[in-house]
Amino acid sequence: MRKYIVKRLLWSILILFFVSFLIYLLMRSLPSSYVETVARERAASNPQVSYKQWLERLNELYGLNVNPLQGFFIWLSQAIRGHFGDSWYYGVPVTQKFGSVIWYSFALGAAALIFQVALAIPLGIQSARKQYSALDYATTVFALIGISLPGFFFITILKMVFAVNLGWFDLNGIVGRMHDSYSPFRQFLDICQHMVLPTLNLVIIGTGSLLRYTRTNMLEVLNSDYIRTARAEGLSERRVINHHAFRNTLIPLVTIIGGTLPGLFSGALITETLFKIPGIGYTSYEAMLAGDIPFTMFYLTFMAILTLLGTLISDVLYAVVDPRVRVS
Amino acid sequence: MAKHTTSHPSQTTPPSQELLSVSHLKTYFPIKSGVLQRVTGYVKAVDDISFKLYPGQTMSLVGESGCGKTTAGRTILRLTPKSAGEVVFEGKDIYKLDAQELRALRPQMQLIFQDPYSSLSPRMPVGEIIAEAPRQHHIVPKEQFDTYIDKIMKDCGLQPYHRDRYPHEFSGGQRQRICIARALALNPKFIVCDEPVSALDVSIQAQIINLLMDLQAQYNLTYLFISHDLSVVEHISDLIGVMYLGDLVERGTKKEVFARPLHPYTQALFSAIPVPDPDYKMNRIILEGSIPSPANPPAGCKFHTRCRYCMEICKQQVPPSYEVEPGHVVNCHLYEGSPVVDDLTGSDDMEVQLAREKLAAAEDRAAGAAAARGQLSVDDIVSENLSEEARTDSQEAVLDRSSEWMKEREQQLERMQADRRQAEPAAAGAAPAGDESAEAPASPEK
Amino acid sequence: MARKSKKSANYLSARTIRRTAKENRRITRQFEQKLNRKHVAPSEYATVMKDPANVLEVEDLKTYFFTDAGTVKAVDGVSFEVPRGKTIGLVGESGCGKSVTSLSIMQLLQRPQGQIVSGAIRLTQDHGQAVDITKMPIHAMEKIRGKDVSMIFQEPMTSLNPVFKIGSQLDEVIGLHNPDMDKDAVKKRTIEMLELVSIANSGAVYDMYPHQLSGGMRQRVMIAIALACSPKVIIADEPTTALDVTIQAQILDILRRLKDQINSSIVLITHDLGVIAEMADEVVVMYAGRIVEKGTVEEIFKHPSHPYTLGLMASKPVVSRHVERLYSIPGNVPNPIEMPDYCYFRDRCDRAFEPCYGEYPPMISLSPTHKVACYCYQQPADKKE
Repeated sequence: MRKYIVKRLLWSILILFFVSFLIYLLMRSLPSSYVETVARERAASNPQVSYKQWLERLNELYGLNVNPLQGFFIWLSQAIRGHFGDSWYYGVPVTQKFGSVIWYSFALGAAALIFQVALAIPLGIQSARKQYSALDYATTVFALIGISLPGFFFITILKMVFAVNLGWFDLNGIVGRMHDSYSPFRQFLDICQHMVLPTLNLVIIGTGSLLRYTRTNMLEVLNSDYIRTARAEGLSERRVINHHAFRNTLIPLVTIIGGTLPGLFSGALITETLFKIPGIGYTSYEAMLAGDIPFTMFYLTFMAILTLLGTLISDVLYAVVDPRVRVS
Repeated sequence: MAKHTTSHPSQTTPPSQELLSVSHLKTYFPIKSGVLQRVTGYVKAVDDISFKLYPGQTMSLVGESGCGKTTAGRTILRLTPKSAGEVVFEGKDIYKLDAQELRALRPQMQLIFQDPYSSLSPRMPVGEIIAEAPRQHHIVPKEQFDTYIDKIMKDCGLQPYHRDRYPHEFSGGQRQRICIARALALNPKFIVCDEPVSALDVSIQAQIINLLMDLQAQYNLTYLFISHDLSVVEHISDLIGVMYLGDLVERGTKKEVFARPLHPYTQALFSAIPVPDPDYKMNRIILEGSIPSPANPPAGCKFHTRCRYCMEICKQQVPPSYEVEPGHVVNCHLYEGSPVVDDLTGSDDMEVQLAREKLAAAEDRAAGAAAARGQLSVDDIVSENLSEEARTDSQEAVLDRSSEWMKEREQQLERMQADRRQAEPAAAGAAPAGDESAEAPASPEK
Repeated sequence: MARKSKKSANYLSARTIRRTAKENRRITRQFEQKLNRKHVAPSEYATVMKDPANVLEVEDLKTYFFTDAGTVKAVDGVSFEVPRGKTIGLVGESGCGKSVTSLSIMQLLQRPQGQIVSGAIRLTQDHGQAVDITKMPIHAMEKIRGKDVSMIFQEPMTSLNPVFKIGSQLDEVIGLHNPDMDKDAVKKRTIEMLELVSIANSGAVYDMYPHQLSGGMRQRVMIAIALACSPKVIIADEPTTALDVTIQAQILDILRRLKDQINSSIVLITHDLGVIAEMADEVVVMYAGRIVEKGTVEEIFKHPSHPYTLGLMASKPVVSRHVERLYSIPGNVPNPIEMPDYCYFRDRCDRAFEPCYGEYPPMISLSPTHKVACYCYQQPADKKE
């Protein structure tokens, strides 16, 4: 097992190298760069130095006067040592900016995941047990709405109902107007309150697919021969469902949920942007718009690592929960 | 018979020349492992099989699941690549043909699968399923095409109006007829039947087996019949090959192999067949354990781990093929002293003889078959069965008794019907008495 | 005309399906409510055996499936008895209702569509008591499944839970029905059961997962599970159909030996007449949900009487019985949704005569044990009655 994981990790590094190279190439070939924007601004405000001169000077300053291949290896040699440089757009070290925003995203993602799992699994199992019942139809409709309608649509509705009409929450932002005057505990509650609508939105769009997945798996398991055997042994229906069927339903679920765990750090771009939550999704979105190469490189490489980690975790978990795929 | 030959002009191979000859055929599947997918071992699915088949014969490969019989069938058709050996079909080594030559040969060699449910495309009407390949291969001229397909369908027991229907509208037995028609429409000489009746109910099985045998007589087909059901195999085949872990451990004519199974594995296999006769005394050889993995077969004779007669030599040396009787070859050290056959020599005379007999019989049968088809009744069959000479004494006795009983019963029924025809109420009281079953109704039902 | 009516039976309008589905829900809800009751006095389903020598009596059992296409009478008036220590063979082709009969006895039908509509299934209990399974609610049924009546299924490859070890699956059953046994005693009993079904390295197998065993080994484990609590009746539903002949021989051997050892009875369901001849004491032949013939194994195999039984025997090739051509029963099984009101076999029968055009034939006794549902054997005398 350990050999397998080590092998997978080595493969991951190779993949990561090519992924980051591709990202760097893409970033460099974007039609409008951060440097061009800044040069244009400077040239407009300071007519003595022409746009061309500004561009040259800035290119040198930001290390863009080399070709993309060289640029990539310079970036790589720094990145390996943990130096991701300063963000052009935010003007602070990339890691510092990242550290200051990531926890908002993590809190949002974690809260959403917990609620998603807590809702989807029991509902999925119940609707599988009572296939074609009223509960089954209700959850199916709920799930399909969540899957098929886009997130920004719900955000608008949620804002409309809870922020505008009822006035229970602020329209956007992570803190209220009076935040600084509160005691630390009130400040925490304030942030929590601002997290409610984004979390609700993520739960609505995320629960559906997990619920349907649970239901399909449970149905398959309930129709299998070993469930009939378990019943024939005289086990009570509760034990059949909670012990025999659930363990088998869990196999695909655990791998899926395990695979999404690293995703908690990746942020929710649309939700964060629309609610103006300063999470990693929103921050990287702004950085990308500005053509901030160091920050974007860091973020996208980080995402690639998370994805690779996710597949590794789900494969390892598969072997843990299913004895049939255990690597000898 | 002459009529059929006109529609199938290619059947002129004399019986003295073999249609198919398989020698030392091996199929190994590599086991890959590691990052670079290095080959670390082989699953020896088929490990050295040799046999010859003459036109009009049926050879059966029998053995338990995992013995490689299906892979053997597929390798012979070049659907799975071989690892060694050669397959010669009508004088051509099919593994030496290029893609175009192989494509031209394909119609001659067809395959019928076990599962009639999954081997038919669900979105194609039956007529199209059957007609597609013959159209591509230009089996018959365009203007005769429709009548040709109709004829094939009729021969397989399908009606012309079935052409526009879809496979899901048919029962399992009918689907297998469609599969057979699809294969037959290409005018093949050789058909590999891979467990064609295993998925079917007993009464449907009988229909399909009869169909296969009728078609063989009619079109002079050669079958390689792959099955685990020994009673079906005994009914349909001329030659039998018994496989164990990829090896052809015993081969010979049906009569020889069933009358005198030589290999200890064949003996055990045959003794395990349940006989539908409660008086039959079982003298069963129960094999211990299960089949070893074909990836790591035992050294020496592969069967030695489960063999009753295992000797020291069996653990070390692979037994050669001994020809114990003409045409009856067995790979077992017990028969040391019999002549060793390397390839297929020595067995020729026997098989040619058999092929001739078979052809003559087939012609007789084809003449009578059309008249007899569909008009057999249960009683005919039962009495026919009973008149057959039974091999075991106990069975003979049983059948005798039961035939007597059948006669009695028939007489009784005749009398009953005669009574009824007279329609005399008085006759009811004078129903035949003294008969065991006449007493039965008198005992009240509880 | 025939084709037209067939077409209308195959193609149902959405409206008809909706109406049938609604009607079915109404019917099945009543059955479900009765089955799901929590507190039911045992006296409600207590009964007595008609013959104390029997361990199981099935009387006029009717099991229907309420499908959207119509009601399928999968089992329609089946009666048979299982005497103590005997093996009863249920024979028939697929769809004849033999498996549904066995699932009815276990109350393992696919609910809510499948329901026992009427009839009685009496299972003997200790102290001369008996229960009627058809009247038992699910939660009472759970107490006797695996303990008094247990089942061995056809597919050994899928019948064991893949995520639990063999040992823990056996422990669970033994612990469940013997609550006073402690953990060590349960494990000891498990190992003993594994040895009983001729599993050599029982200690190692105890810690194995099902996928590590071959089909034959898994079926042995299934037998061990079924026999762990010494049930009075073992239902074996095609126990060897998925296995090779040599493995089949091993399994049948074990089954026969253990049945005598724990003095229970077997209901053996199979389509293989050879297995029946070898194992059964009495045989019940089913066709299209009804019994067409029953009798002792000698009677059925030496004097098969119903044309269907005869056809079935003639159509199976038998080693060392040579026939030029196999007999095949013409035609097909009638559509299970629209069963005719005359003998179900009449349209395929070559002995059909005038009385066969009347109602379904009654069971006619040929001997005290041999009964057949065919007018051919009716005497003019009892035709008048």
